[in-house]
Amino acid sequence: MSFVYEKLFGDKKGLIGFCILAALILVVFPVMLDSFRLNLVGKYLTYAFAAVSLVLLWGYGGTLSLGQGIFFGIGGYAMAMFLKLEASSPENTAIQSTPGIPDFMDWNQITELPLFWMPFHSFSFTLFAVLVVPTIFAYIIGAAMFKRRVGGVYFAIITQVVSVILTVLIVGQQGLTGGINGITDLRTLNGWDITSDSAKTLFYFINCFLLLAVIIASRFILTSKFGRILLAMRDKEDRVRFSGYDVANFKIFIFCFAAMISAIGGAMFTLQVGFMSPSFVGIVPSIEMVIFAAIGGRMSLIGAVYGTLLINFGKTAFSESFPELWLFLMGGLFIAVVMFFPNGLAGLWEDYGHHLTKRLDFIKNLFSKSKSAADAIELKGSKS
Amino acid sequence: MGGYSYDELGAIFAMQGFAGISLFSVLLLMALGLAIIFGQMGVINMAHGEFMAAGAYTTYLISTLTETYIPAFMPYYFVFSIAAAFLVAGTLGYLAEFILIRHLYKRPLDTLLATWGLSLIMQQSYRSIFGAREVSPTLPEWLMGAYPATDMIDIPINGMFVLGLTIFTTLAVFYLMFKSSWGLRVRATTQNRVMAGAVGINTKKVDRYTFALGCGIAGMAGAAFTTIASTGPTTGTLYIVDTFMVVVFGGAASLFGTIASAFSIAQAQSILEFFISGSMAKVFTLLTLVIILMFKPEGLFASKVRR
Repeated sequence: MSFVYEKLFGDKKGLIGFCILAALILVVFPVMLDSFRLNLVGKYLTYAFAAVSLVLLWGYGGTLSLGQGIFFGIGGYAMAMFLKLEASSPENTAIQSTPGIPDFMDWNQITELPLFWMPFHSFSFTLFAVLVVPTIFAYIIGAAMFKRRVGGVYFAIITQVVSVILTVLIVGQQGLTGGINGITDLRTLNGWDITSDSAKTLFYFINCFLLLAVIIASRFILTSKFGRILLAMRDKEDRVRFSGYDVANFKIFIFCFAAMISAIGGAMFTLQVGFMSPSFVGIVPSIEMVIFAAIGGRMSLIGAVYGTLLINFGKTAFSESFPELWLFLMGGLFIAVVMFFPNGLAGLWEDYGHHLTKRLDFIKNLFSKSKSAADAIELKGSKS
Repeated sequence: MGGYSYDELGAIFAMQGFAGISLFSVLLLMALGLAIIFGQMGVINMAHGEFMAAGAYTTYLISTLTETYIPAFMPYYFVFSIAAAFLVAGTLGYLAEFILIRHLYKRPLDTLLATWGLSLIMQQSYRSIFGAREVSPTLPEWLMGAYPATDMIDIPINGMFVLGLTIFTTLAVFYLMFKSSWGLRVRATTQNRVMAGAVGINTKKVDRYTFALGCGIAGMAGAAFTTIASTGPTTGTLYIVDTFMVVVFGGAASLFGTIASAFSIAQAQSILEFFISGSMAKVFTLLTLVIILMFKPEGLFASKVRR
């Protein structure tokens, strides 16, 4: 029993942190916030999937990917394609010159549904695609790079370029992908209205449970022997290689796993927000995801979630009232995190928490001392 | 490519080639600066595009001031604005190194995040100072127009001027890095910082001026950029990925590789643009680069060191 517990939560502190997070997103937010704000938090929490994946990949694996937006986007687009096909049934699109295809295709003089859209009529295929397509894509990139021992800075730049390619491709092929506007007007899922408040609340909870499950699964990976090798690889790659491990395969695995997690986030994003566009695929969102992880603490799965929430709350609050200040603040925050607290919020909590426990110990000691002193006095009194 | 005669194809290639030369010049100037900062110092400068924008805005500012106060000076201002762009971007780079970069030399991935933060701040500053709209300076008369070489081929004069500027800068950088004693100190510092310090090189000073030089060249790229397109707050981000690709594809430590890769990337993109849409040309170019880099990760001209 304790074996399983250690595998899933790390230690007592991990369990407490996990429970606090679960209570916050499952109880506090739904009770405190109205449905609009709750939906907004749900949107932020989908980014947290990508942030958690970066904790695995970057914090523990030492491999910075500037392309988590790619996988977030693929997941989101797969889901959006399914919903779009359902929204553009022949009855709904009777006014188009070719009924039964998505509206943006009709606007771009496309008269037949392209082949790669066909399988997305099926919901089960879509779910499969959300999980598998990004993983395969990550495998191709990862295998090509890691087998040739390309890592670190070069890997970051190449993944960034891939995300640029994908963005330009999506924007350029307007007839096939919806272009810069993305895939919009998504209304129903198997006939069920996803724009209603009750559906949004349900998606919020599904999202939370998935996120918590992802955190547990990630913790399981990190506490296993694999997690040890991952850390060893980050710190001294050559020594791990000389000890007989195939470093590339471990890196490929964690990259694929990270891609899959991000794609789940992307799919949940589409379901909750009701559209998907290339502005969630490119360089800027990909780097922002890194920042979520960095602010939360690159070594903390749970911290990454808080980092995501904090930055996005800040972004929303500031861009509502002082849009000009926001970029200054965000830029300053990047610099401050890197220079002054590289372990992010989790690092601060660790330091601060350390002081707190110290102080508690001190008080406890004081108490027990005074108690023992009192005992001693009492003892004296009883002696005399 | 059906439907074109050989003559027409030749003319198309020549024309697009000349258009590509402007792109090549800007990319090469950007990449030269980045090759020094990234290739030599190992700093991933995501704000490099913003230093370029600093140069472009300096040119715009000088153009506007000249037009308002000393219109007679208009034909000559551009030459001065190139120098000013170099100085402004170089000074900004010097400050950035002093405040930010020097603390991060041992953490290359973190320089990426910090400089991204810097680029956000610089972008917002441009937006606050110059407005969100794109601006472009009034170019002097002699930079405009084209020289008709044959019936079908026009050679744009601004492209030729920018090419000249690029060649001059490249030669200057080459001399500075490989022939001067200062370049020797730079290379010594980047190869072995501790040893360079031990033989009496002030490595901190070398770092600071090297970074400033790289940013200054980006500023010159900005001045050149104003002749081919207008400048907005986010202009820099459009070019940063291409520039990184140029440096990585050329082989990070090789100056010659940087030139060759800037040329091939700019020409490929420019010639492809004529036959397929601009966005697909970009996709094809970048995709080809990524695939080549997967097979040859060290780039075209790798320096012969064991990694």
